[in-house]
Amino acid sequence: MKRLFWSLCAALLSVPAFATGLSPEAGVGQPVDKGLGLQHAASPIKEQMEWFHNDLLMPIITAITIFVLLLLLWVVIRYNRHANPTPSKTTHNTLIEIIWTAVPILILIVIAIPSLKLLYYTERSPEQTEMTLKVIGHQWYWEYVYPDHNGVTFSAYVKKNDELKPGEPRLLETDRRVVLPVDTNIKLQITAADVLHAWTVPAFGVKRDAVPGRLNETWVKVNRTGVFYGQCSELCGTDHAYMPIAVEVVSKDDFAAWIAKQQAEQGLTKPAETSPPAEATPATHTN
Amino acid sequence: MSHDHKPGFFTRWFCSTNHKDIGTLYIIFALCAGIIGGLFSVMMRAELHEPGVQYLVAADEAAGVKGGLLGAAERMAQDALTMDSSAKVDARGLPTDNGQRDGQLWNVLITAHGLIMVFFVVMPALIGGFGNWFVPLMIGAPDMAFPRLNNISFWLMIPAFALLVCSALVGVGAGTGWTIYPPLSSRLGQDGMSVDMAIFALHLAGISSILGAANFITTIFNMRAPGMTLHRMPLFAWAMLVTAFLLLLSVPVLGGAITMLLTDRNFGTAFFDPAGGGDPILFQHLFWFFGHPEVYIMILPAFGIISHIVSTFSRKPIFGYLGMAYAMVAIGVVGFVVWAHHMYTTGLSVNTRAYFTAATLIIAVPTGVKIFSWIATMWGGSLRFTTPMLWAIGFIFLFTLGGVTGVVLANGGMDLALHDTYYVVAHFHYVLSLGAVFAIFAGWYYWIGKMSGRQYPEFWGKVHFFTTFIGVNLIFFPQHFLGLQGMPRRYIDYPDAYAYWNQISSIGAYIAFASSLLFVLIAIYTLKWGKKVEANYWGDGATTLEWTVASPPPFHTFNTQPVIKGDGQH
Repeated sequence: MKRLFWSLCAALLSVPAFATGLSPEAGVGQPVDKGLGLQHAASPIKEQMEWFHNDLLMPIITAITIFVLLLLLWVVIRYNRHANPTPSKTTHNTLIEIIWTAVPILILIVIAIPSLKLLYYTERSPEQTEMTLKVIGHQWYWEYVYPDHNGVTFSAYVKKNDELKPGEPRLLETDRRVVLPVDTNIKLQITAADVLHAWTVPAFGVKRDAVPGRLNETWVKVNRTGVFYGQCSELCGTDHAYMPIAVEVVSKDDFAAWIAKQQAEQGLTKPAETSPPAEATPATHTN
Repeated sequence: MSHDHKPGFFTRWFCSTNHKDIGTLYIIFALCAGIIGGLFSVMMRAELHEPGVQYLVAADEAAGVKGGLLGAAERMAQDALTMDSSAKVDARGLPTDNGQRDGQLWNVLITAHGLIMVFFVVMPALIGGFGNWFVPLMIGAPDMAFPRLNNISFWLMIPAFALLVCSALVGVGAGTGWTIYPPLSSRLGQDGMSVDMAIFALHLAGISSILGAANFITTIFNMRAPGMTLHRMPLFAWAMLVTAFLLLLSVPVLGGAITMLLTDRNFGTAFFDPAGGGDPILFQHLFWFFGHPEVYIMILPAFGIISHIVSTFSRKPIFGYLGMAYAMVAIGVVGFVVWAHHMYTTGLSVNTRAYFTAATLIIAVPTGVKIFSWIATMWGGSLRFTTPMLWAIGFIFLFTLGGVTGVVLANGGMDLALHDTYYVVAHFHYVLSLGAVFAIFAGWYYWIGKMSGRQYPEFWGKVHFFTTFIGVNLIFFPQHFLGLQGMPRRYIDYPDAYAYWNQISSIGAYIAFASSLLFVLIAIYTLKWGKKVEANYWGDGATTLEWTVASPPPFHTFNTQPVIKGDGQH
């Protein structure tokens, strides 16, 4: 029943001149056919991840793998029993043993410094949290709450094939999308109502487990408009593969119009003085 | 040979106190479990061959559709025979399901595959099988320290395996993943008795492992031949010693965790239930305090086997013996303090994650020492590319590949993009499926002549190696791409953009499984018709004590105690 109700709401909402309702773009916020690498970044966290993975880690691990492969090929060619009938009896070489212990340590230090920087960046509290989105995982849908906007609340379910509009990806599109403003420091509060889930949007570089009894926090700032998809990333039972995440990022004005409409629909319009101004929420300590 | 009296069939195989017979039982057991676990993985890959749910659909009596594992297997066999992938599309060309999808059955498959491969294939083969066979032989001991304990260790595995398989057959099965995280594994997530049966299966397997570990530690510390100091001990024995300590210290923690889960499920406790003051994350800490050492438990014996094979077929002693031994000790020690790198997304504090990032990266150092020492052992050697040597070289390269993706995953920040995606699946299959399993095959080809007295057919051994090598790389290499693109693991169906690499991965799985069936034929051929071999059929590269006894070794070995004089035998 609940599901039917929300589908009806979604249908009603999508017909009139709706500030939102973007069409997904190929290659943005979703996987691409035959794709090889990370999904493109749409947030500062993911931009740093892209640099760290593509420009630092990949060259290093590729070089190490090729180096080991070349050494193996060399011993196979040079030291097979036809090329080298009499084996040497060398069993020690202190210098080379020190080298192959020390050089990996140096490589790891080169990795560890930017790695820790990235880690602390993903956890930094933005100077000014401008709004909060609360995400609650359920078997098998996501419930979203906008606590700074009078508690606008709705749930998002996966769209079936016959509900998909052209261009909307199967198993990624939801009946209602989370709408967020662009270029805004958004605090995410993530929890679950039943079992573990994980709220993930690869293009944002965000992944946080939804744990019953805990309120996990992270943040995101999306630097372009568009539709971005993710999927539940912690095994949560039968329909684990069928509770995707669809986030629609719109301009601040469109977001204001959208959220006002939601408040009206849900009867959440309160006198202005009791409604906390979204911009003025002070930055709170996270972790 | 006057002491070489063999008991009758029943006494010999069912009441065995002989380390070689028990080792043989373990290897046969692991092979049987491996076929079942492998079959499950092929079923998973067949389902993922194309988007949409083709095979794992619920029973529908009106439409005459059979449900469950058997129904799925039947549909797969039909499609395999007709070479039809049977993907259905709707009017708009979107993939559709062939009926009411059965996500629980999928979760049962992934759970069974994981638990079977870890507890009933890799561990019994490497520890119970090769460990039992060769630790006493290598250290010059007549048998294990506690032969009857050894027998119990093996026979506990049978009811454990039966309980695990039955857990998939009663009710809806245990669809929790091998990590059995509550609340999905609690009453809330999985009603019925499947999860309880799986817990009992792990209890029994755990007791078996702990008893085995105590046996190995006692044997290695007390029963070495005169002159066999710890620093002269073969590396496989070293590997088993470290592994036994890891088992002894980590398995009881798993036992505690699953017992708490059991009482949560049945007796109203709330260890992991937030509504009663418990914490689901506590289970993850306990599980991974066991689970991370567990992955080293699976790979350290593999390291030992690879060292012997590389040395034998290079006709050179192992390079940097002490470094090799202590690298394993270091891996074992550090392996106990990195567990939370499996939990980067659970909401651990950032400083905790920074520590676990740093600690995890450190493991790359002793692992690197091992890789380079194997290559240095080959350097200057006189290499012979027999089947076991091919597996060993394959191991070194693929383990390196799995190792460097481990370095990527170790980074707490980067892991946010990759956690719970196929990148992780690719990584741990590179180190386990292409690592530990390669070492099992390497060990089997290396020692089967010793164990059975008959040699494997060299040509077919090589065919087995190359088909497996191609198959498993086709399966797991594309999974890196899927993971980087964001495909989550444990999914019965996936967005259509992931179809291409999934299809290649599935084709790889069929090749690898066909190759495993070839192995079964090779094994049967070897035991029945293989050429008889003498004591040391590998020649002067094989220097450890097992090559001084006949092939197969007499029922009781070392009637005359060997005395070790030099350092040349590792």
